[in-house]
Amino acid sequence: MWTWFHKLASPPHFYRIAGLVTPWFAWPALVLILVGLYGGLVLAPMDYQQGEGFRIFYVHVPSAIMSMFIYSTMAIAAGIGLIWRMKLAHAVAAASAPIGAWFTVCALATGSLWGKPMWGTWWVWDARLTSELILLFLYLGFIALRSSIEDPQRADRAAAVLALVGVINLPIIHYSVVWWNSLHQGSTMFNPGAMSIEMKWPALAMLFGFMLYFGAVLFVRLRAEVIRRERSATWLREELAR
Amino acid sequence: MNLAEFLHMGGYAAFLWPAYGLVLTVLVYNVWSARRAHQEARRAAARRLQMEETRS
Repeated sequence: MWTWFHKLASPPHFYRIAGLVTPWFAWPALVLILVGLYGGLVLAPMDYQQGEGFRIFYVHVPSAIMSMFIYSTMAIAAGIGLIWRMKLAHAVAAASAPIGAWFTVCALATGSLWGKPMWGTWWVWDARLTSELILLFLYLGFIALRSSIEDPQRADRAAAVLALVGVINLPIIHYSVVWWNSLHQGSTMFNPGAMSIEMKWPALAMLFGFMLYFGAVLFVRLRAEVIRRERSATWLREELAR
Repeated sequence: MNLAEFLHMGGYAAFLWPAYGLVLTVLVYNVWSARRAHQEARRAAARRLQMEETRS
């Protein structure tokens, strides 16, 4: 098991395997996202309170869940990198950050576009919205900190500490609608009975599609990271000659 | 339901379509930028190896 693990984590093997598995994530992701779009925009019944406007749900909620899911992935990878000094784990954290930041932008912007017609305002400084905005700043801080430190190993470690400290924000985002009075509605996705299955399944398709999509984009970014970090030239020379 | 009705989205078109448009644009952009990063890393590595070769 451990020898297998070490072999997998060795740069040449990882580079090759990441290339092989990427399409297995990318194509199912595309299918699920298309199914989710069709289900959300066409098949799902409209909401009795919010009418057709509620359909923003199908891009907003999966984006918001992804923004937190990717942050967790990034923080766990950063933690593994710090504790076991695994370069590949730091590479996972580095490759996740831009994808997570973009999903956070999507969650904030689609939320704003949903808030305007429903609440009458683009933005309020309430707990849910503010903590999600802080999540975006954590991602940007992580990216900026990495690029500001010349030595890659020091950059890995410093950014990993920042990622781990930022984990405190995740439960705050999740429970913000419970702990504080908020304009933002509570969770419908993980609250059984809050939503009928005809309404819910397109969101689940979209969410799983986004997760596979994240996997595919992560592998492509990881291949770039592996090459950037590679010092021993033999396998790289062979790989680039192909 | 006809197409015009679908595009109208019960009066929410001005909010709904930008939201979907943004998310889809971001999805496409992320794929493009990841692939570009990969190609760029390969090119940079090739340059580095070539420099090492000419030096030795």
